[in-house]
Amino acid sequence: MEPLGTFGIIARILYQFTSVWVALVILFAVSIAFKRRLGLYGKLFDSPIGMIGFALVMFWVFTGIFGAMDLIVTFDPLEQISGMKNKPPGTAVANPEDGQYAWYLLGGDNLARDVFSRLVKGAWVVVQIAPLATLFAFMVGITLGLPAGYYGGKLDTFLSFLANLILAFPVILLFYLLVTPEIVDTGVPNYMATVLFVFPIIFAGVLLNSRYYTQPGFRTPLLIAVLGVMAWLYLSLISTGGYLVNTRELSIPALPAILDLFDIPGGILVVFVSVVFVNSPTVFRIVRGLAMDLRTRDYVAAAQTRGEGPWYIMLWEILPNARGPLIVDFCLRIGYTTILLGTLGFFGLGLPPESPDWGSTINEGRKLLSIYLHPALPPALALLSLVLGLNLLADGLREESLKD
Amino acid sequence: MGLFILRRVWVMVLTALCLTFIVFFLTNLYPNLEKLAKTQGNMRMTDEQVASWLERRGYTEPLFSRYGQWLGVWPGWTRSDDGGVTGRCIDGTVTAEAAADAPRLCGILQGDWGYSTVFRDDVSGIIATRLGLTGKLMFWVMLLMVPMALLVGVIAGMREGSRTDRTLSTFSIITTATPEYVSGVIFIAVFASSAVGLKWFKGTATSAMDDANFENFFLPVLTIALYGMGYIARMTRASMTEVMTAQYIRTARLKGVTFPNIVMKHALRNALIAPFTVIMLQFPWLLNGVVIVETLFNYKGFGWTLVEAAGNNDIELLLAVSVVSVVVVLTTQLISDIGYVYLNPRIRIS
Repeated sequence: MEPLGTFGIIARILYQFTSVWVALVILFAVSIAFKRRLGLYGKLFDSPIGMIGFALVMFWVFTGIFGAMDLIVTFDPLEQISGMKNKPPGTAVANPEDGQYAWYLLGGDNLARDVFSRLVKGAWVVVQIAPLATLFAFMVGITLGLPAGYYGGKLDTFLSFLANLILAFPVILLFYLLVTPEIVDTGVPNYMATVLFVFPIIFAGVLLNSRYYTQPGFRTPLLIAVLGVMAWLYLSLISTGGYLVNTRELSIPALPAILDLFDIPGGILVVFVSVVFVNSPTVFRIVRGLAMDLRTRDYVAAAQTRGEGPWYIMLWEILPNARGPLIVDFCLRIGYTTILLGTLGFFGLGLPPESPDWGSTINEGRKLLSIYLHPALPPALALLSLVLGLNLLADGLREESLKD
Repeated sequence: MGLFILRRVWVMVLTALCLTFIVFFLTNLYPNLEKLAKTQGNMRMTDEQVASWLERRGYTEPLFSRYGQWLGVWPGWTRSDDGGVTGRCIDGTVTAEAAADAPRLCGILQGDWGYSTVFRDDVSGIIATRLGLTGKLMFWVMLLMVPMALLVGVIAGMREGSRTDRTLSTFSIITTATPEYVSGVIFIAVFASSAVGLKWFKGTATSAMDDANFENFFLPVLTIALYGMGYIARMTRASMTEVMTAQYIRTARLKGVTFPNIVMKHALRNALIAPFTVIMLQFPWLLNGVVIVETLFNYKGFGWTLVEAAGNNDIELLLAVSVVSVVVVLTTQLISDIGYVYLNPRIRIS
């Protein structure tokens, strides 16, 4: 086979992304058609900046999902083909077998793996971890920030001190302290996971309890169902192979393996925990500030006069009114989490070295950067475009939410 | 004001104590000590050998007493056997008489920052040299970042919604969306690699440690400056647009003051209060950027030291690094608070 020219490479890459284009077009067509009925999400389609940002974000989300379903990738991200080491983009595979793709569209890296497939698979790592980790950080930040801002006093002083303590850590030092294999052996990240992942359960429990407190007949079954499912998920999440921690000195049994719904690979769990841990104090500070501001409003005073409980006021009066800034910050924070994930990969922490995530790929590629550009540049540009998309999306949302 | 500063300093000391204790605890977990013993001694040591290696060097004492020794509020450990006396405050092995003369306390309160196991040197010396190098980097970053950010922000905020505003705002969003390891890689690829062939700058800054010049130092400085710049520029823009819609600006315009005069004499001073605090609060973020850029460009400063110390579990060096960074972070917060009070006459007078 002949090597491809620039035009051929671009055309073939665009063709590989067909499923993504189709999904994007459908999403945009449906959203624009019904935009008046979709609230804040629909208003996003009135702002060109927000639309561009949303398109960039959804492009990578679809790429991640379809990439995980093996729709876009041309090779296995770990497959090494001899003779393809550091080959420039568009190089043809020497003797392709039947059904094998004939070119390395973006060239080969220094272990002769396909850069394009690794790029697509890397999107899946980000799409899996970043939004979920941000969501967990928000749960922790909201559950602690609302009472801190609403009650103030000693509780606020104590929690703010803790938050500032974590924020005073240089992030990279914290990562080095939490994510090295030696620390993982001691089970410290597992303990942190055990603590941090309780917060969504507390949040959901308090949220529903405070709302339906006056209707015990409805509240009790609801709480049992919701908390039961969440507790099961929680136990599945924190236990691996029937144990919470299983080291030489100590093993704490948890959910038996039969009931365990899914296992998170050790590396991913550690990365997830440390990213949540780093993000929560900032969310805490934002929520605390908003709660301090909103607690002086008239509707809060009205609710207090009605005799509503403090948690009802926090979760059903203050929180909904704080949603605008929180949604904007959520978008920005997913971007920041993506950057943090890249930082972890860049320092070779947490994720296994052969992992196709963008940070690790950039780190590998930079060592040969003065001679070969193609292994390092695509993941760098991908990360840049995703974070840029999230920033633009946040900007669009901010503009639109300020309009009314 | 005095009381305020005193309280802040107290919180700062408390934070530093908690933080160093966490670092101390994590670096002294047994697997970390085992790794330290194996890298310092011999990779093929048995478990018993590791245990005795650690015991001889005082690593097996209770955690709190060792933390107290590091701080200098608890007497350093000593240990005597046939060969003589060794101890935390004693150099090598000496006789019992010499050991009696050695100071009882030796921790950071006495000015003894300990010994780095990676660099085989005194921690205080390493920190001083590396901080000096990073200081040089930060100085140039500030010199490039602050004026550029303020200029971009002020020009963008002068006429809200104009084409200049849109272009500059997009530019600052792009810079905030580009982490250092992405922009650094792109800069090296474009300006320093033989593949593109421009070769305007050098891809490493190792030579800049002794002799910094434009060619070997500009790329690292630009990489850090760009990431921090976007955020400051956006803050400046927001503050500038707010000031430009204020009543006194309209009054000045109606009186017929020229536009440049309005911006320079009336708007600018009020618009720069908010960015000042943001610039100070950027320091902790810059610290992160410094670690990444120093690793990427192989500039052996403070950030590079952090990575080396953390990668090799160099306990005392890591503790010193965290002390320095927590002091930097909290001092800048303090300065930003005080500066805000002084810059804003409304708060100052009340």
